[in-house]
Amino acid sequence: MWDYSDKVKEHFFSPRNAGALDNANAVGDVGSLNCGDALRLMLKVDPDTETIQDASFQTFGCGSAIASSSALTEIIKGMKLDDALKVSNQDIADYLDGLPPEKMHCSVMGREALQAAIANYRGEVWSDDHEEGALICKCFAIDAVLIEETVRANKLSTVEDVINYTKAGGGCSSCHEGIEEILVKVMAERGETFSPHNVEIPEPPKPGKLTNLQRIKRIEMVLDSVRPQLQRDHGDIELVDVDGKTIYVNMTGACAGCQMEALTLQGIQQKLMEDLGEFVKIVPSRAGSLSRAASHP
Amino acid sequence: MDGIYLDNNATTRVDDAVLEVMLPYFTEQFGNPSSMHSFGNKVGLAIKKARLQIQELLGAEHDSEIIFTSCGTESDSTAILSAIKANPGRKEIITTSIEHPAVLALCEHLEKEGYKVHYLKVDAKGRVDLAEYARLLSDRIAVVSVMWANNETGSFFPVLEMAEMAHAAGVLFHTDAVQAVGKIPIDLKTSKIDMLSLSGHKLHAPKGVGVLYLRRGVRFRPLLRGGHQERGRRAGTENTASIIGLGKACELALDAMHHENTEVRRLRDKLEAGILAKVPRAFPTGDVNNRLPNTSNIAFEFIEGEAILLLLNKFGIAASSGSACTSGSLEPSHVMRAMGIPYTAAHGTTRFSLSRYTTEAEIDRVIEVTPEIIAQLRKMSPYWGETGPTSEPEKAFAPVYA
Repeated sequence: MWDYSDKVKEHFFSPRNAGALDNANAVGDVGSLNCGDALRLMLKVDPDTETIQDASFQTFGCGSAIASSSALTEIIKGMKLDDALKVSNQDIADYLDGLPPEKMHCSVMGREALQAAIANYRGEVWSDDHEEGALICKCFAIDAVLIEETVRANKLSTVEDVINYTKAGGGCSSCHEGIEEILVKVMAERGETFSPHNVEIPEPPKPGKLTNLQRIKRIEMVLDSVRPQLQRDHGDIELVDVDGKTIYVNMTGACAGCQMEALTLQGIQQKLMEDLGEFVKIVPSRAGSLSRAASHP
Repeated sequence: MDGIYLDNNATTRVDDAVLEVMLPYFTEQFGNPSSMHSFGNKVGLAIKKARLQIQELLGAEHDSEIIFTSCGTESDSTAILSAIKANPGRKEIITTSIEHPAVLALCEHLEKEGYKVHYLKVDAKGRVDLAEYARLLSDRIAVVSVMWANNETGSFFPVLEMAEMAHAAGVLFHTDAVQAVGKIPIDLKTSKIDMLSLSGHKLHAPKGVGVLYLRRGVRFRPLLRGGHQERGRRAGTENTASIIGLGKACELALDAMHHENTEVRRLRDKLEAGILAKVPRAFPTGDVNNRLPNTSNIAFEFIEGEAILLLLNKFGIAASSGSACTSGSLEPSHVMRAMGIPYTAAHGTTRFSLSRYTTEAEIDRVIEVTPEIIAQLRKMSPYWGETGPTSEPEKAFAPVYA
């Protein structure tokens, strides 16, 4: 079963603005070749202000197609046409707290229906400007057509090239067979042969092993870098001890006992982990909590 | 778990009696059947018994014709790859356009390696043309692989007849029978079938165990080489508990064969008739007078299958669909496309597959709920008007496809 967000499920089970709109003056009918879904978007546009007063949809499609249609109508109601045209498929997906990569085209279909409906209102003919192919890279939702065009346009010849140009294949690497097949095909068109080799996926550089002293200095540097923000709020932080992966600190001034303390520490812990390139845990030291207990009876 | 499970062609629950015979083989009877000591010996004897139980269900001549594998897919791959390795001079394969991906994806891969694969076309009911098949049989064919019953529609291919034809032409015949085994009587010793695949989890045994039936005397090349397990034909330590469970499941399936073909069939027919009586613009797909007793695949026009499944699931009803969106790949069902089912209907196909556990009350509930779900979704469909399909729906709604 697809991993749908609660918002997608909610919009599917109780869709907003479903059904025909009697007095619509803008209609967009589009379908997705990728999966066979189709959508009719109907708008009631105020001709004086070019504002979308009402919107409804009818969808022949799956759960996420219906949810995307529902979300789209909610997003655009009350918008001016020019603003509505700026709504991207990512906006629709974000409104639904995300869609599975295989289902992103449902949001694309929503955006296209909107463009088609506005073109219909303005007496223009809408034509689609992109083509979708079979989904190759599921980590970054990149389809075969995009990879093929990129390989062709840039004369790419290795899987690494494809990763660098499109991101496709740069995640779990399960799709490398599919990428190789595209390379074989496109390279054959230009009379070349694809030569396979193992792909090294670049990993973020790991910092070398630090001595204890170097490590503590690095930790101090990170704490120094956040200190100005803390001082702005009349607080401060000091390093108490470092014991393996655990870093003890003392939150002082206004920071001590602040309700945001946990959140602040979390942010600092993240910074420390990024800088040190290892997992560490930041813990307010017992001394700090004792003094806090004393000052807040 | 509560709920109405009508997705038994996808997988089945392990029968309580099957689980019971398996349990000792995880703990007390943990021995390796290859070992000399008594820890292993008892396990070896239990596996021997399982082999006999499977032999009986399949009507195989010898128990040594049963090779345990890890799943139906492994059995299919082993059979086809063995046939082409054993016949290096033959570079063609015959199969059908509506096989399971376990066979189709392998055939497509073999095409890249230079094999020519003939995909038999099917008509609107999913039937092959035996005259076309006869024309293709030649000494260039390494193997024919044709499923016994289709997983989506439940329709049978005439595998007994096709095996006879292959045998007469001197061609090996394999059948993927994962949907058929346990649901219909099978007697391999009186057939010309050379290889047959079955899968445990389709007949109330656990997942992760399968069988390849290999007729004695058929030239064979193993997929996995190594130890001497399965007489060297499938190396790797036996999945003992699951094999023993599969044996029990085959015994139970044989006992339930009459029930499957009378009571389960009656419930399936009641379900199909009940839904079709209440839902307009819906029809069963496949060769409805020649199919598994447990399967009904209904096409609901102008709506989409995943949406149907999500709403059925809300009522605790589990089914499956041939719609594009329910397969991980987004490809609409190749079976429905091959049968030429119109786009607006193929998308809404819903498969109900029953088991011997299905009850009358469950079927009544599904007949009650399904028409409401279909009506609810059709209200949202651009092809549907207030009371029924818009006149000439394909003309009234003709979207720009991108």
